[in-house]
This record gives sequence, C-alpha cells and structure tokens, in this order.
Amino acid sequence: SPPSAPVPRHRIPQIPLNPARASRASPAMAAAILRRLSPAAAQRAPPRLLPPTLARGVSDSTEPLTVETSVPFTSHIVDPPSRDVSTTPRELAAAFRDMALMRRAEIAADSLYKAKLIRGFCHLYDGQEAVAVGMEAAITRRDAIITAYRDHCLYLARGGDLVAAFAELMGRVDGCSRGKGGSMHFYKKDANFYGGHGIVGAQVPLGCGLAFAQRYRKEGTVTFDLYGDGAANQGQLFEALNMAALWKLPVILVCENNHYGMGTAEWKASKSPAYYKRGDYVPGLKVDGMDFLAVKQACKFAKEHVLENGPIILEMDTYRYHGHSMSDPGSTYRTRDEIAGIRQERDPIERVRKLLLTHDLATAQELKDMEKEIRKEVDTAIAKAKESPMPDTSELFKNVYVNDCGLESFGVDRKVVRTVLP
Amino acid sequence: LVPSASPTSPESAPHRVRSPRPHHHERERERETDGRRPVAASHGGRRRPLQAQIRRGPTSHEVLMFEALREAMIEEMTLDPTVCMIGEDVGDYGGSYKVSKGLSEMFGDLRVLDTPIAENSFTGMGIGAAMKGLRPVVEGMNMGFLLLAYNQISNNCGMLPYTSGGQFKIPIVIRGPGGVGRQLGAEHSQRLESYFQSIPGIQMVACSTPYNAKGLLKAAIRSDNPVVLFEHVLLYNLKEKIPDEEYICCLEEAEMVRPGSQLTILTYSRMRYHVMQAVKTLVNKGYDPEVIDIRSLKPFDLHTIGNSIKKTHRVLIVEECMRTGGIGASLRSAIIDNFWDELDARPVCLSSQDVPTPYAATLEDATVVQPAQIVAAVEEICQS
Repeated sequence: SPPSAPVPRHRIPQIPLNPARASRASPAMAAAILRRLSPAAAQRAPPRLLPPTLARGVSDSTEPLTVETSVPFTSHIVDPPSRDVSTTPRELAAAFRDMALMRRAEIAADSLYKAKLIRGFCHLYDGQEAVAVGMEAAITRRDAIITAYRDHCLYLARGGDLVAAFAELMGRVDGCSRGKGGSMHFYKKDANFYGGHGIVGAQVPLGCGLAFAQRYRKEGTVTFDLYGDGAANQGQLFEALNMAALWKLPVILVCENNHYGMGTAEWKASKSPAYYKRGDYVPGLKVDGMDFLAVKQACKFAKEHVLENGPIILEMDTYRYHGHSMSDPGSTYRTRDEIAGIRQERDPIERVRKLLLTHDLATAQELKDMEKEIRKEVDTAIAKAKESPMPDTSELFKNVYVNDCGLESFGVDRKVVRTVLP
Repeated sequence: LVPSASPTSPESAPHRVRSPRPHHHERERERETDGRRPVAASHGGRRRPLQAQIRRGPTSHEVLMFEALREAMIEEMTLDPTVCMIGEDVGDYGGSYKVSKGLSEMFGDLRVLDTPIAENSFTGMGIGAAMKGLRPVVEGMNMGFLLLAYNQISNNCGMLPYTSGGQFKIPIVIRGPGGVGRQLGAEHSQRLESYFQSIPGIQMVACSTPYNAKGLLKAAIRSDNPVVLFEHVLLYNLKEKIPDEEYICCLEEAEMVRPGSQLTILTYSRMRYHVMQAVKTLVNKGYDPEVIDIRSLKPFDLHTIGNSIKKTHRVLIVEECMRTGGIGASLRSAIIDNFWDELDARPVCLSSQDVPTPYAATLEDATVVQPAQIVAAVEEICQS
C-alpha cells in the first residue's frame, strides 16, 4: 500500500536504479523503467529509493501528445477537422478522473433513487460522459452551455459542487437550486451553465437566445445548445436554427444521439437519422461521442467555425447505459447484449484508461486507486448532502418574482416598496 | 372608430423630479431594490391627486396610443443599451401597428430584430437573451399568436427564477394587441390574459390610454420580472395629451378613472370606454359610480380596489374576457375572499360570452359587453 507521504506533483519522481527493486515491478513497468534509464539519468543525484508503486506517479506532464480518434469525422458541407488530436498527459488524466467521477455519481444517484431518497424523474448520463468532459476541454467557462434534463454531469463538468448536486436531487435546501428545481433543473449562472430544462426541445431556442446576447454584446464566446435525438424532431429546433443561421448567431447545436428517444429507437422516430445533415444549409459534423478526444477536437473546431460563420450542428454518436429515466429499465426496447457490447467496445472511460496505460502515463493500480478515491469522495458528498435540511416553508414563496414584488407594490421609480398587497 | 379621447382622460400634470418624502403609513416599509436605473418623475401612488385635481401643464404634447408606446420604446432603448426589440415586422416594416416605426433606423437591425414567423422560438430566444442579461421586448403581432409560445412563456419565462433557486431573472416584456376588434374573426380576437393569469412568476398589465400605455411600458421594461403587457387592437388610435417630461406608471397599481360613492365598477382595457359611455347615461339618471381601471391584471391592486369597496359596498366588474376562467372570475373570487364583510350586494361580473368571436357584426357586438348592459347591471345592483 502506498505510504502517506504525498508524491510531489510538479515533477515525475526519479526512477530507482536499483534493479532489485525494479524487478518487483510488473513487466510493463519494468519495461518502462528500462526505457527511461539513460546515461544522463545515471549522472544525476542519487535517486530516492521509493517503492515501485510510487516510482512514477500519474503523469501530469503538459508535453503534447498526439492521438488519433477512433473513427474519422463525417461532415456535411464543411471540411472536417483532422483525426489527429493534440492532448497532454495531464489532460487525459484529468479527463479520466472527471469521467470516473461522473460515472460514480450517476451510479450513486441510481442507488439513491432506489432507496427513495431521490423522487420524481431522474435521467442518468452514464455512458455519455465523454461529451460533457470533451466539451469542457475545448472551451472556457465564459462560453455558455444549455441542455435538457440529463444535466447532472454537465453541471459537474461546469464546476458544479458534488454536494450541491446530491442535495438538489434529494430536495434539500443546500441544493444548487435550493431544492426547488430537482433533477431536471440544475443551473450554475457563474459558470454560464443555463440548465436544466424539462420540456423536450424547449431549451433550443433559449440557447439561440444566449448566443444572440453573446453576439449583441460582441463577447467572442459561443453557446453549446445540447438536445437529444428525440428533440431533433421538434419544430422549434428548426425555427431556432433558421434564425441562428439568418443572423449568424454563435451557437453550436449539439445532438447527443444516444439512438433512443425515451423508448423509441431513432429509426422509428426520424425519417432521416443523419442528424448532422438535418441543418440543410447549416454545416454539420458527426462525431464519435464516446471518444473524449474526438469530442474535444470537434468542439474546438466548432467554436472556431461559428465565431466566423454562424451555426453548426454536431451530432455526438453516444449511448446511455441506463434507461431513459429511472422508471425505464432500458431493456424492453433494446437487448442486454447491445448494452453490454457497447460497454465492452466503446466505453469512454475504458478508452481513456487504455490510452493512459498504453502511453505509460499511469499504471492500472494507480487508476484503480483513483477510482477508489472517487468512490469515497462521492460517498462523502452524499453523506454531507443527506445532512442538509429540507427547505423551510418560507422558501415556498421566494424567487417567484425578483424581490417577491408580486406580493408587494413598488413606488413608481421601482426602487422603494410602498405596501404589501393583501 | 373609438372615441378620440375619453372624457375623463388625464391631462398632463407637471411632475416633480424628486420623489416626495415617504409618508410613514403602518403598511408601508422602505426597502431599496436594485436601484441602478435613473429615477424618473414619480407620483405619490395612493396619494396621487385625483383626476379632477391634476393641473393642466404647459409642457405636454398630443399623441396617439401607438406613438406613446413608440416614445416609451425610444426612451428606454436610448437609456439602456441592453433593451432590444424582437418581433415580426418590427424592423423595416415599422411594426404592424406602427409602434416601432423608425426604430430600426435609429438603433440598427440587431436591436430591432425582424424575426421569421416562429413565435415559439423567437419568444424562447428572447427569454434566453434575458437569462444572459439583455432586456428584450418581444412583440406578438397579435396576442393570439403567442399561444404558440405558451410553453416558453409558462415554463421558461415564468418558472426559471424559481426552479433555478433565484439564480436567473428574466427581465423580458412580452407585449402585443389582443381583444375583440372589428370583425377580425375568432382566431384573431382572443383574450390571452385569461390563459396566462395562472402562470406563476409573470406580471400582467393592460394599458388603456396613451398616458398609461407609455408609463406601463417603461415600467415593464425596467422591471426585473417578466411582464406581459396587453394592448388592444381598437385602442391604437386613441389621442391624448401626455407630459413632455419622463414619467412612469406603477405596474402594480390601479387607476382611479372617476371617483364616486354609490358602487365600484372595475374594468380594464377597451371595456373602460364602454363603461365610461354607460357612466354618462348613469350620471344623467342620478347614479354616482366609482370607476377604477384595474390596469394590473396580475397581481390585482387589492389595496385600491379594497378601499373603494369599503366606501361603496357594491361592485361590478366589466371585462372583455370570457365568462369561464377570465380575469373577472379571478377578481370576483379575490374580492369575495378579502372584502366579504364590506359587500352589501353580490359582486356582479359582466364578461364576454363563452363562444368563439363570430365574424358577423351583430353577433360580434352581442359577444362583448355593451354600454346598455352595463347601465342595466348598475341599476340592478343599486336597487338590490
């Protein structure tokens, strides 16, 4: 077991030259050590004799690394970006951590729902983590994101607090919406995360409005407007897309195509399931939504594109392991083999894990330890969230209006409250 | 054509720029709000002088209702660069009722945005822009078309401040003409105030004169809450003198049109003119009705209304909404809940019939409340 002394984060610790110790490491690790041994290393100061498990921490180097995406991008009336994505070990490690955290949080939400601590609707995002994390890797917190009801992980990706997320799911006052929104209404204004909307497709015009404000104020930022393959058939999406194209609004419409709109497969709902082509005159890109690097590349490309040329559609080909929501087992309209097969072949976390292991940026044990830590973190957050009280009854009437002025009458200058209306 | 000026329309009064020192009434308390906006001339609210006492000042100008709305838009858009206008034909065409004539030349076509015919999504866009800090004014060419945007208005506009735990405010104004016009047909004669009234989180106001149209639109734009401003298709050519100086009307306040002692008539929008026409007849017959234009449809100004009922003990509501689930139905219920002990007679509500508005002129007239019916109702209430 690793000792309690923290591994220094700013550099990769020295590899012990003692072969006796090196031989206790796994073959892969031994090979890595041998590769790194060089004459220059031998002339450095005597190495600290650390046990092999700590001989090399999870790499936080920022040296660029180029990785190929799983599949090339398919595009509609635009030249697709390159398949070669530049990344760094630190970014891959962070992506692994974030996706593992999201996965763990969603599984924990599943258990909480079954324990009846979360009620109502709970739409889980596990399987789709790469979209949230890849998007964050490509943009800043000044860019806006808006999505529908499958919003827990987007909230976390935008810097949302884990305790606030669980508290909101359980309807406690320390939740991110003070317990008044619930699973489908997570927002984080200071991180430009605009939620969190229950009605399918209604967030798409809102997102175009966010982009309108960004253009109006010449902010140089963009809006990522997320919707699903089910919402792709909503009329308001095409209305909003038309206006966005007319006025060259900096909006990126991201279709998270998990191939099932609630219980209906995409081929049963859409005459044309090529959602990236549905923009007609608006360019589109089809992306493997379970490849973190492909998502990052596509979002980076899209951001540069829309700032010059107006809207673009990104279709993220992704998959959700859970059903549509907790009341849907998810196996009546698709086979367990299908779910298991995708988990086996395309899982986003496994893909990044393989990258980290292949490029020697971490060991399997370290990644397992990271996941254990994450599990503990999530459990601690849930315990803390459970301690939070339910909202007080006075909270019922707060925030209906700004300053609750529906119950009060203001002076004509709208500054001073004159009276309370009966 | 509607009467060019109601006999009791307020003449202009010179307004003091500074607000008067507050009168410490037991029900008043001061609380500063987000007072970034420049303070405009203010009235004393409940202590505002009655119509008969408003002095006629020298600095006023005559406008038609649509020009008053236009002036409000120009003033607010000049004062605050985040105010913008979104609607069909508002830009180059100048607005289907000329409310935004010339505005796109003045402010550019991003601030006065011509949209395609897509109410659901351009209302949604306005709400999204409001979430991000702009103050859009969304125009529905006819209020009836905003039924297509009902989801956006109800869920995203009304409920977002609440479901986000207070993170967002939606300072949007949704305005447009509604009501029964001159043989416009059923679908273009809708009264949406009855459908919107139970949406939590929005405020609704109805203007009836050029003076209160300008004042209410300015107040609505400055309000941080979503406000729906109901105009009326037949009132756009009303003429009135309004002050040259800047002024605002209080959004939550009712307007005393004619003080009286015998019974209270509560009305709003176009029905105010039918009421005043009936009042001419009633005064000749010796009655003394008090007429209040409620203006604020959500929330009701139960303070002004209550004071009036405490004085007269009888109430008649005259509205253009349909009988079922209209503003009058809610108002009658609120009056019974709050002022039951003050009432000497059953509160009567005259509303339009529960039918789609017919095209034929005689049938259309039979759908809405006419002055003769108002006279008959007043006589019946006063004799009971």
